[in-house]
This record gives sequence, structure tokens and C-alpha cells, in this order.
Amino acid sequence: MSSVAGSRAKADGPLKLAVPRGALFGETLDVLDGAGIDTSALRGDSRSLIFETEGLTLVTMRPSDVPTYVEAGAADVGITGKDVLLENPDRAVYELLDLGFGRCRMVLAGRKGDTRLGEAQRRLGMMRIATKYPRTAERHFESTGRQVEVIEVKGSVELAPLIGLGDGIVDLVATGRTLEENDLEVREEILECTARFVANRVAHKLRAAEVDDLTARLRKASAG
Amino acid sequence: MIHPIPPGSRDVLPDEMRELRRLNRALIEVFEARGYGEVATPTIEYDEVLARGGGRDTESAYRFFDENGELLALRSDMTVPIARLAASRFAGTEPPLRLCYLASAYRAVRPQRGQMREFVQAGVELIGAPAPEGTVEVIEVLEAALDAAGLDRAVIGLGDADLYRQLLTEFGIEGEARDSLLGRLAAHDIVGLETELAEVPGISDQQAATCVALSQLRGGSEVLEEARKLGGEAVQRATSQLQATYETLAERGGADRVQIDLGLLRDLGYYSGAILEVYDPALGHVLGGGGRYDGLMKRFGLDLPAAGFALYLERVHVAQMEEESRRGRAS
Repeated sequence: MSSVAGSRAKADGPLKLAVPRGALFGETLDVLDGAGIDTSALRGDSRSLIFETEGLTLVTMRPSDVPTYVEAGAADVGITGKDVLLENPDRAVYELLDLGFGRCRMVLAGRKGDTRLGEAQRRLGMMRIATKYPRTAERHFESTGRQVEVIEVKGSVELAPLIGLGDGIVDLVATGRTLEENDLEVREEILECTARFVANRVAHKLRAAEVDDLTARLRKASAG
Repeated sequence: MIHPIPPGSRDVLPDEMRELRRLNRALIEVFEARGYGEVATPTIEYDEVLARGGGRDTESAYRFFDENGELLALRSDMTVPIARLAASRFAGTEPPLRLCYLASAYRAVRPQRGQMREFVQAGVELIGAPAPEGTVEVIEVLEAALDAAGLDRAVIGLGDADLYRQLLTEFGIEGEARDSLLGRLAAHDIVGLETELAEVPGISDQQAATCVALSQLRGGSEVLEEARKLGGEAVQRATSQLQATYETLAERGGADRVQIDLGLLRDLGYYSGAILEVYDPALGHVLGGGGRYDGLMKRFGLDLPAAGFALYLERVHVAQMEEESRRGRAS
């Protein structure tokens, strides 16, 4: 039994799908289109958060909120990045499908030509790492036997080492352009992330046919 | 003045207590009517006794020393204390033994998750009745308990605790690799499962596909047929046991709300054979669970087959309220 929580949610009516706004939004809509789900209402500039389509309710939210809504059953299924799932390992959701898009790398980066990371490790025994992904960063350094001080920041993490908050950063990199523009370079690859299709565990049991059908359609659409 | 209490614990005030009491009474009446006598055991026990449950999740989260330096622990469920009680107090009694309880148990919580350190479980233990009859009886008591709570839409998932351990052994996967795969299956991390299966040496694509496909099979008796098509000894054993349980239930009219689920895997260390989970459409969380623990009593020196279930009382109460308001809207 992984969790003993009391949050409430209903599994009646059409299946609720959590759709991530932000970087994954466009490709998520494309895959949903490919799976035969009408996303035209989401493509307009509507400020609505909830959209009814045939047999499915689409709920838009921040990618990092998707595991929270799905775990509680407020959304039955959802799409979010593996980076989000790794950062929230205790959110008990079923990870059903790797959708393959939104590919990016979690990396350790430092200033170009700067030896601070190595120096800090050698002379101080500890690097200071700024990141939006503290748990993923901690796990990486722990599993490679290094001690670090992880500093959590919420905004542009590239700023931190430039003005002396931390010796390096752990961040997601898609094209590498942001790093380049801020005079940073990749020092280590930590892992690769893609978009994932997740389900609430009760919805996966009680609405098995609908969840399986949607999984199969998404599998087909994302493979094409 | 506000005086804090630890996170994951709470006070119950009269309005809620009245409803909880009513629910408690309804559940205990169901248990008693079917011959299950209520017992209470100490909240604290010797850590060494509780540790015989084995497995990560049965381990006590709260341990401390008494004035004599003995290591004590708060129970994390009632099955292990009742196994201890049955072995010490009823060793000479003619089985089967039918016991029920309504008791607090304690588990570690993660901060800010609304999880409870202290929660109440209501359940039964049937000791000395083998599968499938014993399992069927436990499921029938569970169904009656759900009816008494007004959860007529609740569904009971029925799976097999040994299926994947045996399947992976059949595939020649042992040790760490097997434990890691079992972890993926328990978390239902299908992406991770597929990735890891692809990396295990000596396993064919077809075997990997069988493992993934099995974990997705859930529904009526037709899933047993689908599972058999995937083949193998482990599948054969699990499906024939599930079929025996399901058919006996069906003959007695109790199979309607049971979903056969070959993807079910509970992470408590003592389960073997049939395992159960309870869901209600009004709630995103599992309401309770249980199953057979044919090897646990032996660890206490009384070698008897056994089965039981526990419902999380607070969650049943939440589901009860949701179902009531749904019925209110419908009428």
C-alpha cells in the first residue's frame, strides 16, 4: 500500500484527460488529433481550462500539476513529461506509455571554460548545484557517490552560476540554445526525458475498456 | 490558543464521530453475523514480533525503547498482530478461526501529502480455511461489508500474488533483476517495465511481451482465457486458481462485483495466492485490500492457511458521503 491519503475525486461521466500546457502543449494536441480526438477548441485563444470533446473531457494545466490531479483521481488519465514524474516519485500514478515526443535531456552544466565544478568538488568536497529539479539532482549525485548542496530555484536557473549562486546547474535541455546564449556548457548527461501517458490507479481498474482504448489509440498516433 | 498536533494525525469531533460510529457498528455487525468475533490487540508490540510479517511495507515506521531497553513498535496493520494472537491464544482450537477487528494502525507519511500516520482499519481474518473456499468466504464478507456501508458500486479486484514471481523464475530471471521487475509491476510502471525487460539478458521478445500483456488483463472470466493463450506454467497455475475462486463465487451469486485482475500486485511481504483490492468509482484511491497469507501463520509456529481483508475506515466514510450526494443528485 503506497499511500494512505484522503483526497476526493469522481470517476463518473466522460474520462478526464489532463493536458499539459507549456512546452509539451503543441505536440500533445498533435498526438491527440492523431488519436482521433478533436482539439480545435484548445487551439484557439480561449481562456477556458476545461474542454468537452466527444467522449472525453480535456483539462489543461501546468505539466507539474498533472501527477497531482491524476493521483487524486480528479483527472483519470494525463500526459506529462518524464522529468515531472521523476521529480514526484511518490505520486502513485500508473505510467502506461512513452509517447516519444518532447524529447529533452537532463544535464549537469557549468560555465564554459570554468573549472569551478571540479575545483569545488576537489577543494571543498562539495559542489553547489542550482536546479528546478532538486530530487532528480540529489538522486543523480547520490547514485554517483558525490556530495552536493542542491539549491532549489523556481525561475531561470541559468542565471544562478553566472552571478555566483552555485557552481553549476542541473536542468532540462532540448536544443541547448539557452545554455549557449548564457555561456554554459553540458558537463554530464543525466537522463533523457519524453512525454508519458499516465493513469489513476482506480480509473485504470474501473474504466479499463476506455483507458485501454485510449492507450491503444495514443500508442498508434505517437508511433506514426 | 492553537496547540499543534503531529502531521498525519487528527481530532474527530462529534458530528463526524457519530457517522463513523454508525459505520463502525454496521461493519462489525456484518462481521459478527458471519461468525467473526471481534478482538483487540495492543497498539504497541515487540518489534521482533511485528517484523515477522516481512517486507518493506509491513515494517513499523515508529519504533522506540521501553524503560527496560526493549525495542517496541507501533503496528502498521492488524494482520500480523492477529497472526501472533491466534498462534499464542488459539493454538489448540479446532480451525477455522474467525476473527474481526476495528483498530488504528500506523505508517510513515510523506510531508504535505494529506497522508495519515494514524488511520483506522476494519477487517477480518479467516485462519485455517484453504483456497478456494476460504478466499470465497472472505470475499463474501467483504461484499456484505460494502453493502452495509452503502457502497453498492464498489468493485473488488481479484489477482494472484505469486504470478509474476513464478513467471519471471520460469523465464530464468532471478535475484536483483527479478526484484526490480516486480517493483515496476507493483508500481504499474509499464514504460519502465518494457525498458527493463528489453535489457534483461536471455529473455525473448515474446516472453517480455507476455509479461507486459498479462499486467494489462483485467475484467470478467474472459481474461482467464486470454491469459491462458499467453501460456506458461505460472500462468496456468494462477489462472486455474483464480478460476476456481471465481466459479465458486459465481455459483453462490457473488461474482458480479469481482474484477479478475492479472495486473494486481500488492507489496505487503506476507501475501501468497489470491489478493484483493477494493475500489469505488467515487474515490480516486483504493478503499482497502487483502488476500491469502498461507505462509504467515507458520512464522508464528501455527501452520495454517489464512486469508483476510482490511478496509480503510476513513476512506470508506468519504466514499459513503460521495455516493450519498450522488444518489441525492440523481433522485
